[in-house]
Amino acid sequence: MNVIETNGLGKRYGQTWALNECTLAVPAGHMTALVGPNGAGKTTLMHLAVGLTEPSAGTAAVLGGERPGSLAGLDGIAFVAQDAPVYKNMSAADMLHMTRNLNRHFDQRYAEARLAELGIPLGRKAGRLSGGQQAQLALTLALARRPQLLVLDEPLASLDPLARHDFMAGVMAAIADDGVSVVLSSHALADLERVADYLILLSRGKVQVAGEVDDLLASHRLLTGPAAEAGTITEPVVHARLGGAQAHLLVRTSGTAGSVPPNWEAHPVTLEELVLAYLREPGAAALPGPVLERHSRPTEVAR
Amino acid sequence: MIIDKPISGVPGAARAGPAGARVPARAGPSGGSPIEFRLDAACGVPTYLQLVQQVEHALRLGYLEPGDQLPKVRDVVSTLAINPNTVLKAYKELETKGLAAGRPGQGTFVQATLSQIALPELTALRRSLHGWLATAHAAGLDGDGIVALFTSAMRDFFERRGAARGRRGGSTDRTEGVA
Repeated sequence: MNVIETNGLGKRYGQTWALNECTLAVPAGHMTALVGPNGAGKTTLMHLAVGLTEPSAGTAAVLGGERPGSLAGLDGIAFVAQDAPVYKNMSAADMLHMTRNLNRHFDQRYAEARLAELGIPLGRKAGRLSGGQQAQLALTLALARRPQLLVLDEPLASLDPLARHDFMAGVMAAIADDGVSVVLSSHALADLERVADYLILLSRGKVQVAGEVDDLLASHRLLTGPAAEAGTITEPVVHARLGGAQAHLLVRTSGTAGSVPPNWEAHPVTLEELVLAYLREPGAAALPGPVLERHSRPTEVAR
Repeated sequence: MIIDKPISGVPGAARAGPAGARVPARAGPSGGSPIEFRLDAACGVPTYLQLVQQVEHALRLGYLEPGDQLPKVRDVVSTLAINPNTVLKAYKELETKGLAAGRPGQGTFVQATLSQIALPELTALRRSLHGWLATAHAAGLDGDGIVALFTSAMRDFFERRGAARGRRGGSTDRTEGVA
């Protein structure tokens, strides 16, 4: 089952397409990282998936065919908006009360137990909680709805390193406990390395890279060798850094990792290197299956 | 999907750890496994492989023995903030190697051992290696030089002995859990 599936999905604000011809599938049971530069359409895509806004073009389905914003879509998806907002003047207990009454399903006992475990006092106003505690409160409200899909928009941006770690640990524990699928947008690439097992890279309103993280890492490598021979590399080059004498080429390998050309060294790539390489080359794409044909081929340099 | 659930009753008899290390009980403070995972973000080894290697390392050094429980997926995940699928992948790899086995509703348990010799012998070997290291150091080799020499000598040694039969992981002395 795909928790989110879009076909030619687009959203226009005035003259600007925030998301354009977006075709993707987010498989269930994954922790999907949604990355991309500012203005790439990440938040728009999330808002479309949770039913906060209507598409201008194309279609979107959630939870295996439900319409975003439908009763099933609303019940099965929990959304935590950017920077995990809470009502500053309401106590944690009041926020539980309100969320319980605004939703058809709410696990009050789970919410109270989770807050107790985190040491977040029910009576304190949310505005008086630390940033990390506010984020945990927002996460608790979302998880207590027992969603099939948890959508998190930049939850880590304003958190300190310890709070980031604890927040992600909470999300990961929820995956382990309940098998909830997660889509998370973030700029913190290094933080995603350990948590994401599916990656979607949006750029200029379009999908640039999509796939299982393991597959993506296995199908790319970094070749280091003499700049003069950069043109002899046959694998598609995603991004090249050429010095006077030395060249670093991040290349896509075709299936099995090929042999290393003489004079060259091959290194595995990290998720961060991979994402940065594609961000620097908006024309390059790595997409699964038929979607590939719809996009430009990866740039080749030094030809 | 995840089979780990908190369990009660863990094999936890106190005994001395390897090489004289003070390990009061097999079960850790959280009452689960004798080992805890850590992650090295800078080493470039995929996370799941780090977990596999740490279990193998613990098996070689005797920190883990057949019947011991590996850390529960949920515990690993909420300590290290990593994806549960990563832990499951590591445990599946260990199962494939015949080193661990999952028990439905309980967790994953060590199935075989990698420590090839008993502790006293290991200690004696370590002592004689210390002697050699002192000689090499006195002769002017630094750490990197020693590693390079040792690695190359070891490669020669095993090449000369022909293809080593039954690589590591081929251990056959499977022991049923003692829980």
